[in-house]
Amino acid sequence: MSMTIEIHKQLGAFRLDVKFQLEHGVLGLLGASGSGKSKTLQCITGIERPDEGKIIINGRTVFDSRKNINLKTQERHVGYLFQNYALFPNMTVAENISCGVHTVSDKRERTNRIGDIIDRMQLSGLEKRKPAQLSGGQQQRVALARILINKPEILLLDEPFSALDSYLKEQLMTELHTLLVEFQKDVIVVTHSRDEAYQLCDHIAVLDAGHLDVFGETKKIFQDPATRVGAELTGCKNIVKANKIGTTQIYVPDWNLILDTGRYVGEGVQAIGIRAHCFCGEISENAFDITVVEQIEQPFEWIVKFQYLGQNKETKLIWWRFAKTDKPETMPGKLGIKGKNILLLYA
Amino acid sequence: MDWYPLWNSLRIAAISCVIVFFSGIGMAYYVAKLPRIWKGILDVVLTLPLVLPPTVCGWLLLLVFGLKHPVGIFLQSIGVQFVMTWYGGIIASAVVAFPLMYRTARGAFESFDETLAWSGRTLGLSGTYIFWHIRMPYCKQGIIAGTVLAFARALGEYGATSMLIGYIPKNTATISTTVYQLWRTNDEYSAFVWVLVNIAISAVVLLTVNMLEKRGQGRRACS
Repeated sequence: MSMTIEIHKQLGAFRLDVKFQLEHGVLGLLGASGSGKSKTLQCITGIERPDEGKIIINGRTVFDSRKNINLKTQERHVGYLFQNYALFPNMTVAENISCGVHTVSDKRERTNRIGDIIDRMQLSGLEKRKPAQLSGGQQQRVALARILINKPEILLLDEPFSALDSYLKEQLMTELHTLLVEFQKDVIVVTHSRDEAYQLCDHIAVLDAGHLDVFGETKKIFQDPATRVGAELTGCKNIVKANKIGTTQIYVPDWNLILDTGRYVGEGVQAIGIRAHCFCGEISENAFDITVVEQIEQPFEWIVKFQYLGQNKETKLIWWRFAKTDKPETMPGKLGIKGKNILLLYA
Repeated sequence: MDWYPLWNSLRIAAISCVIVFFSGIGMAYYVAKLPRIWKGILDVVLTLPLVLPPTVCGWLLLLVFGLKHPVGIFLQSIGVQFVMTWYGGIIASAVVAFPLMYRTARGAFESFDETLAWSGRTLGLSGTYIFWHIRMPYCKQGIIAGTVLAFARALGEYGATSMLIGYIPKNTATISTTVYQLWRTNDEYSAFVWVLVNIAISAVVLLTVNMLEKRGQGRRACS
């Protein structure tokens, strides 16, 4: 199982340039809205035609501009879960699912496969319902059943949880994870949620304004996003300009501070990122005086916004968050940060 | 009482309605997919018969099918004559009723959620299957409404019909031309009967349209 994707497409003022390869597993396409995530999926399915590039799925070339190959959507065997699930409103659940085995000529096999997937996706009893009579979670399961019964080579999920409320979302995310492991398919998940990406994906590709910003293993990217966009999308709250001034040291002009990262700083460093939960009153490393500006209470944690004493007052407040169980008796006057927790951002 | 005009009107309306059903849907589907400029131009041309006076349509039809003009001469040479024949009425009614079918169908197609078609394609469904089993059922309300309106318009056609096929009793006479003829010859009673027949048919048609619309709303309300 593998995929090679290279897409170049001009869409008005917007340009999509994406190139990556994946051997096996679940890939998360992360990016802000309008960054080209959905367009990338649409090129893979054949809804959009790239100007240039090639798309190879499991060794089968479905698009190659140089060799003039452009298979029809029907011939690509790409399962696509649309954001709104795209269930056919005039058909029942059973009829919708049977669309996925429409090309199977043997009637017995067809009925068997439909019965099998209805059991596996826990849809028994709903066969005669119309999509409008189903809950969001049920609609998603029908849409997935319809796709999986079609035995696609690869599965594309376009923001699979955006149409659901947050309670259902968490529940379905674990369900979907189990399902993806069970079906052993290559999957691309488009999302703008770092939780979804972290939980579901082995690899992550971060898109920014149509180009690939970062690509790599999920855990590594969360540990070391390497770019501003990567840091932002993985949930880093404090991103600030920085210059290298020593082998391991950087200067942050906004804060008027020198921080020691405890490791070699590359020449091209442009900014640093510090995750909000990495600050601590008991750490002596990189500890400086602070003034607390704002405290926000959340159900299970506190968010404290502060500035360093020497910080330019016009610049952004710094976020510090900690679990309520860790709340100190008195607010510390100094906050420290371990050098290894300072993310070095090169773009 | 001679019921020939009723029978003639119904068959003309029914046949032109079938023609308009397929050509209207076909054109609507085709135009809905065109780029904006071509859509605008074609739209004007195809809707023109709706806004032109029917007599102008009739005049234009005579220009094409008239026995002194090339197309008319050619058709006559193979034994087809649309002028002063009952089946010429089909042409006149179809031309005038076409925009009603075309416009309602186009509106329905444009409101269609294209992701449904794309999801069908990713499942390997053919374009024909998607058209008949997904697109058409989705647009059913609009298409039925368009058909009924087109039928009603074809049934009531007067201007273009009278210019192209005139009024020959027991031959080209339709309800609308008969009413005019009876009024002209001071046969008030017969004219009144035909007027009642016409009102009855129109009322049934409108009731049908309203019922369909209500059913459509009911269905939307439960989704």
